[in-house]
Amino acid sequence: MDLSYNAEYEQFRTTVAEFLKGHWPVPAEIAEQPRHKQEAWFRTQAIENGYLYRSVPKEFGGSEQEADILKATIIREEFSKVRAPMEAPGIGNMMLVPTLLECGTQAQKERFVSKTLTGEYKWAQGYSEPNAGSDLASLRTRAELRDGPEGQQWVINGQKIWSTLAQYADYMFVLARTEPDAGKHAGISYLLIDLKQPGITIRPIKQVTGGTEFCEVFFDDACTPADWIVGQRGDGWKVSKSTLKHERSSIGGAQTSVNLFEKLLQLAKETTLNGQPAIKDPIIRDRLVTLEGYVQSHLYSNYRQLSMAAAKQNSGYVGLMNKLINTNIGHEVAALAKDLLGENLLYMPPTKGRATGPEKWLNQLMGSLGVAIAGGTSNIQRNIIAERGLGLPRESGDT
Amino acid sequence: MEFLLSDEQIEMQDSVRRFLEKTCPSTTLHEIFDSEDGHSRELWQGIVDLGIPAMIVPEAYGGLGLELLDLAILTETLGYATTPGPFLGHALCTQAILQAGSEEQKQAWLPKLASGEILGSFACAESNDCWLPEQLSLKSEQSLSGTKQHVLYADESDIIVMALAEGGFALLERGASGLSVHKRKLTDRTRHIADIQLDNTPIEHLAGSTDAAAKVFDTALILLAADSFGGARRCIDQAVEYAQTRSQFGVLIGSFQAMKHQLANMALEVEPMRGLYWHSAYAFDHEPLAARRQAALAKAHICDRFLQTARNTIEAHGGIGYTWECDTQILLKRALFNYAYLGTPSVHRKRVADLADW
Ligand SMILES: Cc1cc2nc3c(=O)[nH]c(=O)nc-3n(C[C@H](O)[C@H](O)[C@H](O)COP(=O)(O)OP(=O)(O)OC[C@H]3O[C@@H](n4cnc5c(N)ncnc54)[C@H](O)[C@@H]3O)c2cc1C
Repeated sequence: MDLSYNAEYEQFRTTVAEFLKGHWPVPAEIAEQPRHKQEAWFRTQAIENGYLYRSVPKEFGGSEQEADILKATIIREEFSKVRAPMEAPGIGNMMLVPTLLECGTQAQKERFVSKTLTGEYKWAQGYSEPNAGSDLASLRTRAELRDGPEGQQWVINGQKIWSTLAQYADYMFVLARTEPDAGKHAGISYLLIDLKQPGITIRPIKQVTGGTEFCEVFFDDACTPADWIVGQRGDGWKVSKSTLKHERSSIGGAQTSVNLFEKLLQLAKETTLNGQPAIKDPIIRDRLVTLEGYVQSHLYSNYRQLSMAAAKQNSGYVGLMNKLINTNIGHEVAALAKDLLGENLLYMPPTKGRATGPEKWLNQLMGSLGVAIAGGTSNIQRNIIAERGLGLPRESGDT
Repeated sequence: MEFLLSDEQIEMQDSVRRFLEKTCPSTTLHEIFDSEDGHSRELWQGIVDLGIPAMIVPEAYGGLGLELLDLAILTETLGYATTPGPFLGHALCTQAILQAGSEEQKQAWLPKLASGEILGSFACAESNDCWLPEQLSLKSEQSLSGTKQHVLYADESDIIVMALAEGGFALLERGASGLSVHKRKLTDRTRHIADIQLDNTPIEHLAGSTDAAAKVFDTALILLAADSFGGARRCIDQAVEYAQTRSQFGVLIGSFQAMKHQLANMALEVEPMRGLYWHSAYAFDHEPLAARRQAALAKAHICDRFLQTARNTIEAHGGIGYTWECDTQILLKRALFNYAYLGTPSVHRKRVADLADW
C-alpha cells in the first residue's frame, strides 16, 4: 500500500499543472469571448494534450490515450484545483459516447461521436415511459421498419417521459419495441432519433424544484434511418445495459460526496444556532462526524476500487453499491442541512440564475431525491446488491 | 498510488484464516467462551507460531519489523473468527514498550513478547469511563496505589503495562506485592478483563511521553476498528448464508424482498468500511498529521456499525439467533466490547471534531 504517486506520476502531475497555468483561466485574447467559447477553446487544447476524452480514438475527436486510472485521477484533481472545465457534461458524453464506442458501427461513430464531444450535438435519453419505469423492459413504444422516400426507415410511435433536458436536445437514444412477437427483453432495440422533426412533440414538465429539467416526448410516426440502430434488432436491452453501467459508475464517484460534505461543513460554520456558530453545537458536531464516517468510508472504498481496476483485479460487489451509497449520503446531508437552514427553508431559490444565499440548499434538499430516483431507484439498487452481489435468489430477470 | 494489499499480505491473512478455521471452529469457540478464563493455550500458541505477536516488533528485538497495517489486517481476520484470547492486550503491551521504553527495557522485554515467551497486557481505564490519555490521574511514582479497570487477561499475564497521567507508563510484573485482581461477570467472554488494585505496588517506569501515549492509544483504536470490521463482515456472511438455507412459506427466506433489502442495507454499511480502517492503519505509519483523527474516526464509525450489524444479524436469524449456542450471540458481545472499550463512539466523534478544529 502506498498512497503517494511515484516519480513518473509526480512528473505527469507537474506537466498537467503547467499546461493549466497557460490555458485556464484562458489567455487574455480568448477571455473576451463568451464563457462557452472559452470552454470550447480550452477543451480543444486539453484534448490535443491528451487530458480529455482519453478513451475516445483520435479519429472520433478524442485524445486516444492508454487507459491509466491514476493519470485520469491526477487530471481530475489538477483540473478541479483551478476549476478548469472537464469533459462537457451531459448524457451524450456520459452515456451515448461510451455505448457507441462499444456497440456502434463505424458510420455511427463518425457521424455522432466527435460532434457530441464538442457539445455541438446534445442528447436526451429515451428509456422511461409512463408505464415502464423500474420495470423498464415492459416498455411499449413501437418502431417498425417501413419503406420511406430514401429507402427503409424506422417509424416510431409511443411516448417517453422524464427525459432530462430533451427540450434542448438535438437527438435522443431510445429503447423501442421492434420485435412484438419476441419476449419482453428480446423484443427491444436501441435507436438513435433526430428530435427536430414533425413527428415529435416535446412537453417540458415542471419539477418539484420549480425548474423544468425533464420532459414528455411523444412519437407520432416519427422517423429515423434504418441504419440508426445500435447493435442488432432485439439487442437493445443488452446495448442499454452497457449504457446503464456507464451511468452508474459515473454517479458512483466518491468525490461528489466529499465535495458535498465540505459544503455542508461550510454551511455549519456560517449558520448561527442557539447563539453560536452551529459547528460549535455538540449535537451538530456529532452528526457531522457520523456522516463523515460514511463519506470517508466511501472515499477510501473508491480508492480501493480504483487501485484494483488499475491492477486489473476484480473488486467484487462493492461496485454495485456506489450509487446507493452516494444517494444515502445525499439524504443525510439533506437531513443535516435542513436543521441548519431553519427559517431559510421557508424560501425557494430562484428558478433562473444562480442562488447565492442559504436558500440554494433547497436545491440540494430536493435534488438529492432526484438522485435517489433517476438511474434506478434505491429499491432497485438494493435488489441488485442482494441478488447479484450477495447471491440471494432472483425474483425477476430484470435487474 | 496503490491502495491495495500486497500478495504477501493477502497470503498472511489467508494462512491465519485457515489456521483459525482448523483450530477454532464453532464448537471450540463456544467451549472457550464458556470456560472459566476464556483463554486456550493451544490457540494462543498457534497465534504465536504464526508470528502475530512479532509483527510490529523491529528486527533488532527479534521481531518481523512490519507496519501497523500488517497487524491490523490480521486483526481483521482474528475479528472475523471472534478469536478468543489475549491478543489485544499483548499487542498493546508490546506497542507501549516499543513507544515508551528505554533501549534497555526494549531489549529486556520485546524479544520475549515477540516470541510469546511471556504474555503481556495493557491497562489504562480509571473509574467513570475515563480512557483517554489526558483523562488519567494515576501518576508515575516509585510504587503505586490505586485502581485500573478493565485490564485484559490480568490474571494470566506476566507483565502489564499501565498508561498513566501525563503520558507516563509503568510496568508491573505478575505477582507484585499489593497487586490484587477483581473479576466481574463479563459480557464478551472472548476477551477477559478484570480490575486491578494496587497497594504500594512496586513498578518499573517507562520513559514515556504524551506522543508515546497517543501512539499506543491510537494503536488500540485502530486494532479495535480492524477487529470490528472483521466481525461485521462475518455478520453479513452469516446472515446471508442463513437466508440461503432457511425456508419458510415454502421458499428460502432470502427470496423475500424485505430480507433482501435488510441484508443489502447491512452489506452497504459494512463493505466500504474496509478502506477506512486500512487508511487509519496506513496513516499511523505514513501520515502523522492525519493519524490521530483517522484512528478516532475509524474506531467511532466501525465499532458503531459493527454493533448495529450484529443486532441486525440476530434479527435476521429469528429464534435461533437469540440462543446462547448460536455464534451470533458471540458476535453481539464482541461488538459490545469493541463499542465500549476505550470509549464509546460519541466520545471519539467529539475528538474527531475537536482534532479538526471545527
Ligand atoms: C430527475 C430525474 C431525471 C430523470 N431522467 C431520465 C432520463 O433522462 N431518461 C429516462 O429515460 N428516464 C429518466 N428518469 C426516470 C427514472 O429512470 C425513473 O423515474 C425511475 O427508473 C423510476 O421509475 P418510475 O418513475 O416509473 O417509478 P416506479 O418504477 O413506478 O417506482 C415507484 C416506486 O416503486 C418502487 N419499486 C418499483 N419496482 C420495485 C421493485 N421491483 N422492488 C421494490 N420496489 C420497487 C420504486 O423503488 C419506487 O419507490 C429520470 C427521473 C428523475 C427523477
